[in-house]
Amino acid sequence: MAEATAGKIVLTTADGVPLKRKLRQTQQLMKRRAFTLVLPLLAFIGITFVWPIALMVYRGIDNPVLSEFMPNAAEAVLDWDSSQSELPPEEVFAIVARDLVQARKDKTVGKVATRLNYELPGSRSLITSSARKLSRVEDGPWMEAMLKADSDWGKRETWAALQRIAPRYTGSFYLAALDMTYDENGAIVSQPENRQIYVTLFVRTLWVSLFITLACALLAYPISYLMATQPLRISNLLMILVLLPFWTSLLVRTTSWIVLLQTEGVLNDIMVALGLIGDENRIQMIYNMTGTIVAMVHILLPFMVLPLFSVMKTISPSYVRAAQSLGATPARAFWKVYFPQTVPGIGAGSILVFILAIGYYITPALVGGRTGQLISNFIAFHMQKSLNWGLAAALGGILLFGVLALYWLYNRLVGIDNMKLG
Amino acid sequence: MNDTSEPIVRFIDVQKSYDGEVLVVKNLNLDIARGEFLTMLGPSGSGKTTCLMMLAGFEPATHGEILLSGRPINNVPPYKRGIGMVFQNYALFPHMSVWENLAFPLEVRRMDKAEVKRRITRALEMVRLPEMAGRRPGQLSGGQQQRVAVARALVFDPDLVLMDEPLGALDKNLREEMQYEIKHIHESLGVSVVYVTHDQAEALTMSNRIAVFNDGIVQQLSSPDELYERPQNAFVAQFIGENNRLLGTVKEINGDSCTVEVDGSGIVQALPVNISGNGERTTLSLRPERVTINPPEGTVPNVFDGTVEELIYLGDHIRTRVNVCGHDDFIVKVPNASGHAALAEKATVKVGWATEDCRALDAS
Repeated sequence: MAEATAGKIVLTTADGVPLKRKLRQTQQLMKRRAFTLVLPLLAFIGITFVWPIALMVYRGIDNPVLSEFMPNAAEAVLDWDSSQSELPPEEVFAIVARDLVQARKDKTVGKVATRLNYELPGSRSLITSSARKLSRVEDGPWMEAMLKADSDWGKRETWAALQRIAPRYTGSFYLAALDMTYDENGAIVSQPENRQIYVTLFVRTLWVSLFITLACALLAYPISYLMATQPLRISNLLMILVLLPFWTSLLVRTTSWIVLLQTEGVLNDIMVALGLIGDENRIQMIYNMTGTIVAMVHILLPFMVLPLFSVMKTISPSYVRAAQSLGATPARAFWKVYFPQTVPGIGAGSILVFILAIGYYITPALVGGRTGQLISNFIAFHMQKSLNWGLAAALGGILLFGVLALYWLYNRLVGIDNMKLG
Repeated sequence: MNDTSEPIVRFIDVQKSYDGEVLVVKNLNLDIARGEFLTMLGPSGSGKTTCLMMLAGFEPATHGEILLSGRPINNVPPYKRGIGMVFQNYALFPHMSVWENLAFPLEVRRMDKAEVKRRITRALEMVRLPEMAGRRPGQLSGGQQQRVAVARALVFDPDLVLMDEPLGALDKNLREEMQYEIKHIHESLGVSVVYVTHDQAEALTMSNRIAVFNDGIVQQLSSPDELYERPQNAFVAQFIGENNRLLGTVKEINGDSCTVEVDGSGIVQALPVNISGNGERTTLSLRPERVTINPPEGTVPNVFDGTVEELIYLGDHIRTRVNVCGHDDFIVKVPNASGHAALAEKATVKVGWATEDCRALDAS
């Protein structure tokens, strides 16, 4: 109103300060105060969440071994133009040999061997034994000495692999995580078929998570509806039953599924006792994908029920009544009027369950057996067993970016504003 | 009202209980004429909404029969009854635009596109919201939502529309405006309306007839003026409009008048309405605007001395609280006409009233 009548006149407060500036000042104070309140949490999240994730993503491209433990060799190998000659010249051999001997003295040669082994499987002993043999050689010519120590030094692929691990940063972990590698000429090619596991695993993890999400939605919808529509006494009881698993340890819940589902377990015993299956044909329901899916659906179900329930709780029964009074059959009233209003709850529950499922570790590790493993189990494997942290970080990074991409897609299709958690 | 046409709705001996112990509706018999605007009025818990829900089909009757245009509908599901309904909080579908909301009952009935368009346009014009078709209900004001809800209940041309306290959520001015609007829509369409409210002013404004509910029973069913001027029992007198109550014992009934001894303060001549014999306890009901301050001598039979306790200036009248017959909450409305009595607090006055304005009703 004032703007319309005042035209171009700048509105001021009583002491002549432009009104807009004054308003901004007062609001800024409030904003600053609010920011101070969340500052500790922000710092906490930064230190315990953002920073480790950044480190992890960094570790996926970090390649310090050769440049740290054999710096001269790394430099020399990088300088060699592999397109000019089949093998590097004598002076490169000399530098690599001297660095190998030095690394053996420093007791770091094992790390170099491990690193090269990731790149060129089976090359561990090439490094360690060559270093041992070369330490007894006084003087060159080094090419001859190295070829004598191990004939693999005469192979072009050995040098190509060494050249690949020489730079400070590398894409080879991410390539490996996508079942790809560099060939001896530096071109990106697929891994040999028998070494392709991760793409299949990513795809499997994706489908299993989608399936679990769908199963959770289908199972959670009726119970949430019941909870939202029944009188308080009954809905409270149902709510306790839904929350009960939350009060039990994850391990206990998972192992109880083992008790139920294993071949000598409760379910198989019952079916045998009832004569449904013969004693020799007990069904394998655990230590495979079935076990993983059953246990994960059970564990993740509350994450679907709670958002669905909180959304359904707010939908007044008069909507469905209104639809019926307008002539819609109960089925139509449900589908056209009730269901669309629960979509935000389904969306919230689905994204929650999906993201939890895609990174789930303990349950598949315990009940997944050989075929029920998901990508997170392999990340853990590389973290704990093979100690190939670079590959673990790359797998984790791809998982993270994949989830972010799916989240973006979800936002484009459904709209994150449509999501309701309560 | 045409006596030869059958009623659109008949409740016959309808009873309703939710828990098997208490009857929420006790033996309801009610005929609603075609084209009538009938209001069910009563305090909360009086059974009026239950009656509406039974008529809409959302609650089954425990006993008795409900006829819609002569056809029993006890076993007809709500979606086959063809009754329009306006809900307390409008129940407009939040995920649909106004247009889609209005199209819903038409699409359910498989009308062709051109007819749907024609009817929605007409309905929106009726409620004066033609430019709002694309909006979502959440983008409308309360009054606009209310109008859309009315339009939606009417768009499929039902013979009967039910309204469950539709104006309860609106502020006072808007409520009054909407009362007239709904009344005019009713008059222009000739549709039958059953309206539930606990607001007696709303009921008086809008209705052809009002059924006053209390305790699961229709206390009185009559036109607004009849209801206000000739309440049949103490509850109705108390519930509709303002009312002075004097308790007493019947001394003598004498045709059109009776003599009542008001507890502790003398004899009053009253109109016997709801009393049967001498010695019975009775409630005398007296409208504040029918009481005269300092009446000219001999004009009214009932004259008592009183003390002015409080004066409240209300513009068109002065609300005067007088201590009469031992009741200090006796209200007299003194019209602010030229030459009205100038009163002062603590002044001693005479108050008087006519026999026919003082109705002797049941005791409670």
